[in-house]
Amino acid sequence: MALSQTEVLAGLAEIVNEETGIDTSSVQMDKSFVDDLDIDSISMLTIVMNAEGKFGVTIPEEKVADLKTVGDAVNFITDAQ
Amino acid sequence: MTRKIVVTGLGATTPLGGDVQTTWRALLAGESGITTLEQEWVARHQLPVTFAGQAKVKAKDVLSVPETKRLDPSSQFALIAAREAWADAGTPEVDPERLAVEFATGIGGVWTLLDAYDTLNEHGPRRVLPMTVPMLMPNGPAAAIGMDIAARGGVRTAVSACASSTEAIANAITRLQSGDIDIVVAGGCEAAIHPLPIAAFASMHAVSRNNENPAQASRPYDVARDGFVMGEGAGALVIETEEHAKARGAKIYAYLVGGAVTSDAHHITAPDPEGTGAARAVIAALKQAGAAVEEVVHINAHATSTPVGDIAEYTALKRVFGDHLEKICVSATKSSTGHLLGGAGAIEAIFTVLALHERLAPPTINLDNQDPAIPLDVVTAPRKLPAGEILAISNSFGFGGHNAVVAFKSAN
Repeated sequence: MALSQTEVLAGLAEIVNEETGIDTSSVQMDKSFVDDLDIDSISMLTIVMNAEGKFGVTIPEEKVADLKTVGDAVNFITDAQ
Repeated sequence: MTRKIVVTGLGATTPLGGDVQTTWRALLAGESGITTLEQEWVARHQLPVTFAGQAKVKAKDVLSVPETKRLDPSSQFALIAAREAWADAGTPEVDPERLAVEFATGIGGVWTLLDAYDTLNEHGPRRVLPMTVPMLMPNGPAAAIGMDIAARGGVRTAVSACASSTEAIANAITRLQSGDIDIVVAGGCEAAIHPLPIAAFASMHAVSRNNENPAQASRPYDVARDGFVMGEGAGALVIETEEHAKARGAKIYAYLVGGAVTSDAHHITAPDPEGTGAARAVIAALKQAGAAVEEVVHINAHATSTPVGDIAEYTALKRVFGDHLEKICVSATKSSTGHLLGGAGAIEAIFTVLALHERLAPPTINLDNQDPAIPLDVVTAPRKLPAGEILAISNSFGFGGHNAVVAFKSAN
């Protein structure tokens, strides 16, 4: 069963927290991975990989650069399920 | 000008304890850190060796989740030990460009490398973690420490198997004598209790197979010794010029007065039975210390508990010290800790420093029947060291014919 946007956000926040230590409550839809959360490219790749495993989706490499905000990623994963 | 060099901070995580004091007290109490491995992979691979010296405190209980995810276990141990040493040194305010790291490993990120290979085989290249390369590289532990304390004076990694971390400490002397830096975090780590290294060491008949009695398996100098016991963990020492230490009012554990590295060019794994390369390293370290052999009162021996290695080291020591060897008390602390490979020299340097600082040589356990071919004065219960200015050395030798020796002098 597909997860809701809220559930995907919560799951993604957990992944971000485990990789970077950033508090889950800071991982909000309007936050930029780079500008707001200060996540480097190698961490971003790890987060994407873990998200693929957790949500059972494929995020193409060329798509990763378009995922600027947490919301971009949540929407992509929600739609791709 | 030769600068005097001092040790001002100690840190460790070992099979005996998660910090220096816990480790040292357990060592003095004659405890063993060697236990049966409960991991499922021991039975799955039908390993011929089923025990090791696992770190007493798990790294994940000390570090943050991101640190445990982004660092190989070897780097995790390194970071824990280095942070303790740095705090013990008083968290010095230093010029980052005059702060260096000399941190060794024997094998590097073996868990990361082999886990990644399993992932590649099972799930394909898209599942291989992006952090795999920085996690498996042998300079990873040194780099992690360098980032943590903002060391910009050079971060280096000596890799010489089981001599690695003693070589790293010797390298720290060279760096400090150059005048380019004031302070170094030196030491080494290992996290290789993984089925492949265990199988590989067993395959070459280097490790004990005393599966029934793990705590008695590491028995240097005993007639029944049958190989070393793998250990894991890390040791770190803050080492600086005396001038720098005194200017900041640091406590001083001991002087680091000599460090030397030689090589056998004899055999890839077997020690030179004549012990000439090892003897040259001891002599060179004492020469750098400006000390006579008669000044040495204590040796923390390499003594891994292999049949040939323990005799070869004795032969080397006899060559250097002659009759004076009878007056030197020798501790073989791998009997308690197991062999930390690239971390061994670091924790044994710490034990040597503490022996001088507390005037107390730590015991060697499991010595039930001393090999008559090795008539050393082996410490079997904590032994008082004499008052006055005293000298001690710590030896480490590694596959590849590496010999490294460091010499410390009492400061109190």
